[in-house]
Amino acid sequence: MIEIRNVSKWYGHTQVLANASTHVAKGEVVVVCGPSGSGKSTLIKCVNGLEAFTQGTITVDGISVGDPKTDLPKLRARVGMVFQHFELFPHMNVLQNLALAQVKVLGRSQEEAATRGEALLDRVGLRAHAAKFPGQLSGGQQQRVAIARALAMDPICMLFDEPTSALDPEMIGEVLDVMVELAQEGMTMMCVTHEMGFARRVARRVVFMDHGEIVEDAPTGAFFDAPASARAKAFLSRILHH
Amino acid sequence: MNYHWNWGIFLEPVKSGDETYLDWLITGLGWTLAVSLTAWLLALTIGIAVGALRTTPSRLLVGLGNVWVELFRNVPLLVQMFLWFFVVPEFLPRDWSLWVKQEMPAKEFVTAAICLGLFTSARIAEQVRAGVGSLPRGQRDAALALGLTLPQAYRQVILPQALRIVIPPLTSEFMNVFKNSSVAFAIGVLELTFQARQMQEDSEQGIETYLAVTLLYFICAFTANRGMAWIEARTRVPGLIARSG
Repeated sequence: MIEIRNVSKWYGHTQVLANASTHVAKGEVVVVCGPSGSGKSTLIKCVNGLEAFTQGTITVDGISVGDPKTDLPKLRARVGMVFQHFELFPHMNVLQNLALAQVKVLGRSQEEAATRGEALLDRVGLRAHAAKFPGQLSGGQQQRVAIARALAMDPICMLFDEPTSALDPEMIGEVLDVMVELAQEGMTMMCVTHEMGFARRVARRVVFMDHGEIVEDAPTGAFFDAPASARAKAFLSRILHH
Repeated sequence: MNYHWNWGIFLEPVKSGDETYLDWLITGLGWTLAVSLTAWLLALTIGIAVGALRTTPSRLLVGLGNVWVELFRNVPLLVQMFLWFFVVPEFLPRDWSLWVKQEMPAKEFVTAAICLGLFTSARIAEQVRAGVGSLPRGQRDAALALGLTLPQAYRQVILPQALRIVIPPLTSEFMNVFKNSSVAFAIGVLELTFQARQMQEDSEQGIETYLAVTLLYFICAFTANRGMAWIEARTRVPGLIARSG
């Protein structure tokens, strides 16, 4: 589903991605972790072309992201993305947030979009909040709406860029529950996250990045039980002992 | 002060003709409103477009937007008025030039409205650019990630937020348009300042004249201010607290 091959990226003379290669198969959940500044957010934003990359290729469902001939909006419409800071549109209410791209991009009618939106709000337990504005919701609620907004486009895969990092601890669970459920239903997911419990529960593989490199790309069990590199060991001991 | 006050002057007929001085001022107010409102519509349309262009990823568009803003920002409005009136028509193709100079209807009004509109558009463009810049980058990313094109992202997500943010500075600009329209008297628009000068010379009651005109300008600007405050209240988003970064 997602193929990342030898991707490098420079900002001027600073290399932020170094020859990164990995993949996410259909129905697979892959967790990307690593210290801050390791390039994991940059990598995931390259997957739907929000960030350009200098070298290498990325394909999603066989379509090359870096190819100038690719219709990026069309591709992005099929790839759901959830952001660290939710990025709900604050001037629209919850249902309008869910309907906007359905109507403008997929060409659904307002009624269709609203019906689909309400069904997804139901699913994330927020049906009652459809008429509220994002500023009237808690962080956890906003992130659940953001997930519903992405799902409303019927994506073929989902990208999560640190979806719980901006949340108060008591709200992390409600967001992870939605993500776990999604994973169990067979959604293809690439998740940048520090939630190692989540990784253990649903991830097929863990990709560990440091300084723009993919240092380790291992099945979840192997990664946690016997990380191969010293850098991964050091990282795990730092975050698991907190 | 040895001054002969005459507040009844406004109802007296002018020296040559059967109008009253009040008629002059009302005509002036009409032209002031016409110039100001036309200029404002022009300024808003162009200013929002140019301001938005200056925030796009295209260096060419950003560059063009910057040139636009600097061009209109760095030359005094009065000089711009003269440039549009006396200089620009000379540089048009010959047929156009003749048409503008000899046949264009309401030549002074059209020139003044374009000049003030473009001058103000540069200022609005600067504010819109700042407004867009103040939004978190993630808003654009989120819009694009949903499959919206960049123009759709501006239309649906970025500008509706940016414009709400810049309503307070836009309010000042709207008030400025009414006040700056007084410069149009220099190219012969029969607006409020023009009529005031004419009335002062004709009636020799300069103090009453300028006090009345002051009050009329004040009412225009203050109404503009209240109108914008109403729009600001109408477009307020529940629960929206500005977030930085």
